[in-house]
Amino acid sequence: MNIILVLAGHFLLLSLIAVGGATAALPEMHRVLVTDLHLMGDEQFAHLFAISQASPGPNVLFVGLFGWQIAGLCGALVSLFAMCGPAGLLAIGVEHFGAGHQNDRWYVVVRRALTPLSIGLLLSSAVLLMKTSQKPMALGLTLLSAMTLLKFRLNPLWLIAIGAIVGGLGWA
Amino acid sequence: MDDSYKVKPAELFLTFSKLGLLGFGGVMPWVYTEIVENKKWLTAVAFSELLAMGQIIPGANVTNFSAMLGYRFCGLRGAAAAMLGLFTFPLGVAIGFATLYQHFGHLEVVQGSLRGITAIAAGLIISTGIKLAKAQPRTIQALVSGILALVAVGLLKFPLPWVVLTLAPLGLFAEAKLTR
Repeated sequence: MNIILVLAGHFLLLSLIAVGGATAALPEMHRVLVTDLHLMGDEQFAHLFAISQASPGPNVLFVGLFGWQIAGLCGALVSLFAMCGPAGLLAIGVEHFGAGHQNDRWYVVVRRALTPLSIGLLLSSAVLLMKTSQKPMALGLTLLSAMTLLKFRLNPLWLIAIGAIVGGLGWA
Repeated sequence: MDDSYKVKPAELFLTFSKLGLLGFGGVMPWVYTEIVENKKWLTAVAFSELLAMGQIIPGANVTNFSAMLGYRFCGLRGAAAAMLGLFTFPLGVAIGFATLYQHFGHLEVVQGSLRGITAIAAGLIISTGIKLAKAQPRTIQALVSGILALVAVGLLKFPLPWVVLTLAPLGLFAEAKLTR
């Protein structure tokens, strides 16, 4: 029971400060769940994230997998609801009171102020993930995927398949 | 703006279930095709406005988007239906994969594959960051704020709450002063 409350508290807080989405909060989840609370290992953390990337669905699903690993199905549901609930309610509030104000000055200011923050946090997540493997081929895969997705409109699933094969052969 | 009669919660649930299961590596491109082009629930402009709103609210973007769209069509029940649709089946699939991982995760080939996928995912995130940056006005305050966030969280491993609660107000203050 206790661990469920810990998960709920962690993700409830994250829900309201996760500027840039769930992926941008990945380093914070790592800091709390792996470094501070030792609820799972470095490797497990990265592997569960990889599994979520190879599954269909919204990116935030990896939160459910972390919860599942730590406390089973109950942990998965509590974590996911805690991560999405408060932000969802905030979104509903904005929709209720603020729909149609996208061109107001305050909105432009908020967007311009928060987007750079999101970008910095997203890159922090990428740095965290790149530490998973020291092999040059892993770095190559990262560069390949970043450059391909910048140049072409391509379903990322193809790149994920390439990553799985190259890694499965023991090269990454 | 009389959209309210058009869509029922059950239809929202089914539509977002389908989108959740289609969306590998991000659901948003599918959401656009389905909501704007196929179902015509929103115009392209209304879609990008709603998406932009979803992005400045903390938390998962596509979840916020589905909550707002569901609420617009049929209130709280609609918001719940859209969000639950998005999660329920994909969570089942992901837990299925994770169960397989518990049984076979010790195999070197599985560990290697997951390392490969992680490397690809890092690149995916970098490309998202660069795309976002390209769409931003190039200002000093944006550059400073982005670099501070990267250094504080990525290198110094400061707790995110402190970083956000420090940098967000500073960024807002700077933008409010400097943006006209």
